[in-house]
Amino acid sequence: MQSSIRTPYDRVVMAVPVTIPYVRYSIESAQWWIGRALKALVDGAGIMPRDIDGFCVSSFTAGLDSGIGLTQHFGLCVRWIDTIPLGGASAIAALRRAARAVQAGDARIVACVAGDTNHVDSFRATLESFSRFNQDAVYPYGAGGANASFALIARNYMRTFGARREDFGKIAVTQRSNALRNPNALMKSPLTIEQYMSARPIADPIHLFDCVMPCAGAEAFLVMSEDVAASLNLPAAKILATIERHNAFGDDPVQVRGGWAMDIDELYAMAGVKPDDLDFVETYDDYPVISMMQFEDLGFCQKGEGPDFVRQHDLTIDGTFPHNTSGGQLSVGQAGAGGAYLGVVEALRQVLGLAGPTQVRDARIGLASGFGMINYDRGLASGAAILAGPGA
Amino acid sequence: MIEPIVKPRRKNPLKRTRLPTSPPRARSRASHGFTRAAAEGRFMLQRCGACGTFCYPARDACPTCLSADLVFADAPRRSKLLCETTLHVPADVYFRERAPWRVGLVAMECGPRLVAHLHADCEEGGPVVMSFQLDKSGQAVAFAHPERETPNMTDDRQWREMTADPKFRRVLVTNGRSIVGQETVTALKAAGASIVFVGVAEPWKPFQGEDTLRAMEGVEIVPLDIGDEKSVADLAADIGGKVDILVNTTEHVRAGGLLDRQGTSIVRDEIDQAYLGFVHLAQAFGPAMRMRGSDGVNSAAAWVNILSVYALANWPVFGAYSASQAACLSLSHSLRAELRPGGVKVVNVFTGPLDIEWFQTVPPPKVAPRAVAAAIVSALKRGLEDVFVGDVAEDIRQRLIANPKAVERELGA
Repeated sequence: MQSSIRTPYDRVVMAVPVTIPYVRYSIESAQWWIGRALKALVDGAGIMPRDIDGFCVSSFTAGLDSGIGLTQHFGLCVRWIDTIPLGGASAIAALRRAARAVQAGDARIVACVAGDTNHVDSFRATLESFSRFNQDAVYPYGAGGANASFALIARNYMRTFGARREDFGKIAVTQRSNALRNPNALMKSPLTIEQYMSARPIADPIHLFDCVMPCAGAEAFLVMSEDVAASLNLPAAKILATIERHNAFGDDPVQVRGGWAMDIDELYAMAGVKPDDLDFVETYDDYPVISMMQFEDLGFCQKGEGPDFVRQHDLTIDGTFPHNTSGGQLSVGQAGAGGAYLGVVEALRQVLGLAGPTQVRDARIGLASGFGMINYDRGLASGAAILAGPGA
Repeated sequence: MIEPIVKPRRKNPLKRTRLPTSPPRARSRASHGFTRAAAEGRFMLQRCGACGTFCYPARDACPTCLSADLVFADAPRRSKLLCETTLHVPADVYFRERAPWRVGLVAMECGPRLVAHLHADCEEGGPVVMSFQLDKSGQAVAFAHPERETPNMTDDRQWREMTADPKFRRVLVTNGRSIVGQETVTALKAAGASIVFVGVAEPWKPFQGEDTLRAMEGVEIVPLDIGDEKSVADLAADIGGKVDILVNTTEHVRAGGLLDRQGTSIVRDEIDQAYLGFVHLAQAFGPAMRMRGSDGVNSAAAWVNILSVYALANWPVFGAYSASQAACLSLSHSLRAELRPGGVKVVNVFTGPLDIEWFQTVPPPKVAPRAVAAAIVSALKRGLEDVFVGDVAEDIRQRLIANPKAVERELGA
């Protein structure tokens, strides 16, 4: 195992996992959802809004507002701010930046928040103006969001590595069974592999249950020093390691791996753990194929072994490889940038033993990952973090 | 293997006409390099002047060396279809009502990867040939074709969205007296137009070629004097709802500029015929065409202007005529923008002096009327927007790119 030369996140912790329950459509604004999350953070921490001196926010639907406009909206006076537009990698990036800010003393308590609304036509509007390459070279082809891009990636992956729809189906079906234990999940009814297989096609080989449902919601957590957490009597999780990588493997003709694969040794080296040591994994699951790719790129199996890995493991909360214990975006819903936070916030709950009905027994160490920004033909942003609970 | 399209039956007048919708239209400014390529039927990609890298999508700096010297250059079209998908539930209305729709990711032999619309005969993993096309929004999109010709390949339904193929369409050719008009009728019939209406002013006056025209099956001579607003409106009232392609073959050529003419009567004639004739036609036929841009196999598809290349640079020997053509060119850009919501293309065919009596004293090379007709049909089949016919037109086009001032001086010499 290689050794890490990076500074460890000594005495920096995460606390107060917050989820504002999702709704399919909301007449409220993104600002409303972000406001609810901030309120839950201060209530959960037993602090006042003025105690927050660092603010990191992600949202697709906040319109003209970046973080700075939101400080005035919410009456926050902060000395450190960041607005992170990295889609599904936003939470990992937020955690990384906030942790270093706290470690360096630039901020004492950082609120990391993602929130998005979902109006009747706002998802299509987000797609339409997603990025320049998307506008110029993807959206005019009827792509309809990431569906077409992931269809191409999934089809190539299936052909190259022998994955079958049933293998993707197992991921989706298992997550649904996890979601049935999560009262906040939008999907409330069981999903069978037969239903998965016979679902209507969206963009071959992507079918209905391969897709996340856009919705409104917010997720958040606080980053602070161990001492501050202790003074507030907050259960807190350690940040053992993180990685982040953007626009990796640009020469791969079709995406078969994400940036994790470049940095995975460094992730485990910094954390001082092996993949086997993890008690659960929360992957970014905008489509099952991406979760499968992460099983490889995050070091649980070799490239191309993802399908077999899925076949060999029980991915439920009580299974041999607890995965996306909340139900993931596939069954909880994708609340815009909140989708990036879903796994990170769930991982925080898990290591703190606060996950309630979705709690993995004796979960001490877990991994959460992020993936985002289909700018053109592939997802550009990737990241991962390994968290440890107080007993670890 | 493409099933051949079938000739549409007579339309049920009680049925609602499906309104045209457009695919997404927004593009970056740099991306309009592809619009230009598509308009002329060229395949161009950005190429870095410093390191030679081809790149895509359109950028403002080279992704290999960061040079800003990115130039749209003709690029090899050969490519491989890496993977494909069929969209069943697109988000956009245009695609939703055309689903299932097939797209793919292709790898150019020269480097870049393109998301592209696929001709149905493209096979995953196989070689494909790329073009840029103007879609129904008027913007450029990449289109992958099979490497070799396949049966009925121009009937491919995704390809038909990119073109204005005359097959089974109904066409109005505005001037049957001119040789260009007659050649155009012949070429359109050969290309499968179901009917060609041919406008003739004062039809009781006989003209050369009349017998041949009248003998052709699926050709109907209609009274049309485009200088007369009422004549144009009357014809539109009669056939306006079934003109899918309009080819304006108006021809009014007189030599001379300003100083050697007395008064404005000749200039006025030029303006009446070329410019106001265009206005009359557009106002009478344009609105119905715009409404019918999505009306099935024989939807309204294109408006064709034949313009002198001297619309782009005045040739003082035919100075006032050049100006009338420039006015028409400008108007065509307005028409293009106004027909765009209907997905109806405006095709400008630029030609040098034609081999007709009005250019009798002009030395060769001159353009055969048949070549103009062939260029029109080719432009419709390929979905082009700007076409240059013959050596003189091509010469002027290239010289204008190089140095417009030189063209002005040399044409005025």
